[in-house]
Amino acid sequence: MDKRNAKAWLYLLPAILFLGVFMIYPLVDVVVYSLEENFESVSQSYTGVGLFNFSHVLRDPYFLQALKNTFILVVITVPVSTGIALLISLGLNSIKPLRNLYQTVYFLPYVTNTLAVGLVFMLLFKQDDSSLGLVNLLIRALGGTPVDFINGPYWAKMLVTCLYTVWVVMPFKILILTGALASVPQTYYNAAKVDGTSKGRIFRRITLPMISPMIFYLVITGFIGAFKAYSDEVALFGVDLNQAGMNTIVGYVYDMLYSNGGSYPSYASAAALILFAIVLTITVINLMVSRRTVHY
Amino acid sequence: MKVVLQNLTKKFPNRNKKLDDVIAVNDFTFEIPDGQLIGLLGPSGCGKSTTLNLICGLEKPTSGKIYFGEDDVTDLPPENRGVGLVFQNYALYPHLTVRQNILFPLQNLKGKDKLSKAEMLRRADEAAKLVQIEQLMDRKPAEMSGGQQQRVAIARALVKMPRVLLLDEPLSNLDARLRLQTREEIRRIQRNTGITTIFVTHDQEEAMSISDLIVVMKDGIIQQIDKPQRVYDDPKNLFVAKFLGTPPINVFKGRVRGGQLFLGEDAVLAVPGVRDREVWVGIRPEGFVPQKAGPLCCTLKAVEVMGRDTSVVIAHGAAVSDPVRAIISSDYAVTADREELRFALKPNKVFLFDLQTEERIPFTAE
Amino acid sequence: MGQSKDYERIELGALRRGRIRKCLTYFLLTLWALIVLFPFYWMILSSVKSTAAYNAEFTPSFFTLHPTLENYLAAFQSKDEPLGRYLLNTLIFTVITTGAMMLVIIPAAFAFSRLQFRGKNLLFALFLSLMMIPNELVIITNFVTVKTLGLTDDGGNALRHFLGLILPSVTSVFYIYLLKENFEQIPEELYKAAKVDGTSDFKYLTRVMLPISRPTIVTIIILKVIECWNSYVWPRLITTKAKFFLVSNGIQNIRESGAGRDNVPAMMAAVVVVSVPLIVLFLIFREKIMAGVSRGGTKG
Repeated sequence: MDKRNAKAWLYLLPAILFLGVFMIYPLVDVVVYSLEENFESVSQSYTGVGLFNFSHVLRDPYFLQALKNTFILVVITVPVSTGIALLISLGLNSIKPLRNLYQTVYFLPYVTNTLAVGLVFMLLFKQDDSSLGLVNLLIRALGGTPVDFINGPYWAKMLVTCLYTVWVVMPFKILILTGALASVPQTYYNAAKVDGTSKGRIFRRITLPMISPMIFYLVITGFIGAFKAYSDEVALFGVDLNQAGMNTIVGYVYDMLYSNGGSYPSYASAAALILFAIVLTITVINLMVSRRTVHY
Repeated sequence: MKVVLQNLTKKFPNRNKKLDDVIAVNDFTFEIPDGQLIGLLGPSGCGKSTTLNLICGLEKPTSGKIYFGEDDVTDLPPENRGVGLVFQNYALYPHLTVRQNILFPLQNLKGKDKLSKAEMLRRADEAAKLVQIEQLMDRKPAEMSGGQQQRVAIARALVKMPRVLLLDEPLSNLDARLRLQTREEIRRIQRNTGITTIFVTHDQEEAMSISDLIVVMKDGIIQQIDKPQRVYDDPKNLFVAKFLGTPPINVFKGRVRGGQLFLGEDAVLAVPGVRDREVWVGIRPEGFVPQKAGPLCCTLKAVEVMGRDTSVVIAHGAAVSDPVRAIISSDYAVTADREELRFALKPNKVFLFDLQTEERIPFTAE
Repeated sequence: MGQSKDYERIELGALRRGRIRKCLTYFLLTLWALIVLFPFYWMILSSVKSTAAYNAEFTPSFFTLHPTLENYLAAFQSKDEPLGRYLLNTLIFTVITTGAMMLVIIPAAFAFSRLQFRGKNLLFALFLSLMMIPNELVIITNFVTVKTLGLTDDGGNALRHFLGLILPSVTSVFYIYLLKENFEQIPEELYKAAKVDGTSDFKYLTRVMLPISRPTIVTIIILKVIECWNSYVWPRLITTKAKFFLVSNGIQNIRESGAGRDNVPAMMAAVVVVSVPLIVLFLIFREKIMAGVSRGGTKG
């Protein structure tokens, strides 16, 4: 028995070792960092223990800006992308020819480097002395006033961020929803059709309840993903997100950890823990709501 | 190779730690003669698969000994016992061809047992020929029928030339027609190779039809070990009597008074040598003989014509089993419009059992 | 007679409504397909316009009559942003990380699915709970750890730097979980059969379990390759020297430094080069990737 135990642990040793060093120890450490006041990374010294780091972060205007940006992003992109994805999946599910082609195309953004494609979005939405930019060309053609979406007003920058985020998260949502729709047994639809149920009613009374678990899954993962937004913004606005006024919570964490101003792991830890608390709260609320409304 | 089990016991700790251990195999002692085909028969959960696992070494007994011939193999790991094992779901490696599957056990041999490539291939071909699948050697398991897969599994078990062949419910996953075919196939292969074979089944018909000896088990305890016909004709207790035979035996509650067996008020059979007492009475369906003035009077409920025989469903006040079924020759014209039917009983188809212990009470038929 | 006329009218109406619905559906689907594809088109288009032509266009044009590959040459030849070097770095990083991860997760998944040992359930529950921990929470300490161990590119030592890049991402609880689930679907009897034949646990793993689980293993490898190829945050944290950049950092660097401003076509050429390998991989393994992602990949 002991020999068998030893063998099992040997098989697990690499995983345990790596997880211990790079997951479990850091988890403890991040809490320690967040409580050490006036931590000096050079001398590895600190002056006291307390919640000062949290209050500092919560008063930092950059963090508040990042918090605001992240919340706006979450509130807009999650419902919009889920809604459009549902619409597209319904469309995909109702056709036969070309379905595979569409599915393949729709999935492309998932496998592309978001930083690379972000640059293309930047070019498309940008307006400067040398180029009008494609989007502004369209706006002008439709009789509007061109705006620089990359270095212009806040709402314009937020708009392009939301658009790009939706573009990036759509493949996953479409994939999951088409899968969910395809798994609804055809017999329900046949039964409803024989009863003369209208299309709208079929959708509301059969389709939606049947796929509601997957929609909630998407909403939860969507929230979590959107709260962690960072590299999409970097692609659009460059690494100095504070200057662009488009920083996110995760961006703030990294800036605190490593930027031209030096390294503040304590503030970074405090900000990361605040992010974790927000995500956890929202996930729990989501789960509670879904338990009440999902019909399974 | 004869196989001897001596006081073999296997206990499993109960999942609920406060309760007693589960005894899967309780103090087994029996000897399997060389070259015989033994059927381990019992309802599910009776410990027959555990017994098989103990014999092949996948599990270690809590106490007791296992001998192959004169060798004590109790503590040997499975690979050193020289056993072949065939599973209900065949357990073929899905990614390997038939040939690779059969070769797999040979490739594990190490040291002085190691075989040359050519020798391995020769042995694999030989095993394949034995089970008649030579033409399927390059197929994958998924491309074959259940019966063919089972043959491959047998070939894989035989290729090592095992001292003992173990079959765990080998026919349960096959459809009825294939089951008959494969059953005869197993019997033929066993006869040809002369390997001592133990096979586990819950199907009494299967066990009866191919075994040399049947071991009937219940709750980890051996009920009876005998030749198939003897187990049927001479059951040791009520469980064995009930477990064997289709349609099942009919059970009545009866009374013995003055050497006569009474069912209700009818004195149905002379049972000399049995003292006055209450008993369980088992009557095989074929033990009923319709007779105008027969002693047993039953209400007729239904008649099911089966061609050669007629199955008659009857009712009697003393019957415990419901329905009571009698199989009678179709020479007797029984029609459903009659209300009553009278029978005489064949003494050798009637068994008496103790009310408490359910052990058989012998009587000498006239 | 009058009744059959009615039926005809109903039939016609239903047919017409069905057609309109179908057209609308295809219109919407095509619209979204264009939105998805357009950035790719624009990326390629911009990369084959000559620099002079691009700079001369104040209003961008939708096509070019004089495609050129000079931008690709420029992208590869740039001294400050060595694109070939980025690709090579990323390739090394991706191959080693994926390989090392398989070596870590396969034995772990095997132990959880096949071996019996004390504390198994507790340990597995612990592993599962780690799945909820966001990367952002542990990256801070990992950065400090790697820096303390001297595994950044400060010293200019490639080996140390790659170790620093790779080590934090060679385990994935999620993939251990995925693989364990897959291993557990292999029937118990196969293991017993192998035991009776004298197969060792290790041989059973390599000769039986791995071949049977090949589809899942391929899926995991592909997903990990995508993840590695696109990783940005961690490499950015521990890399300062351009010759150690991975493609994401390289692209970002091209954008931030001068080249992105005055040579947009060259930048777009680099973007195309960086995007192509994964798109090709996707087109080859389309079904595997989509099945794998729907079984548990997320992005965000």
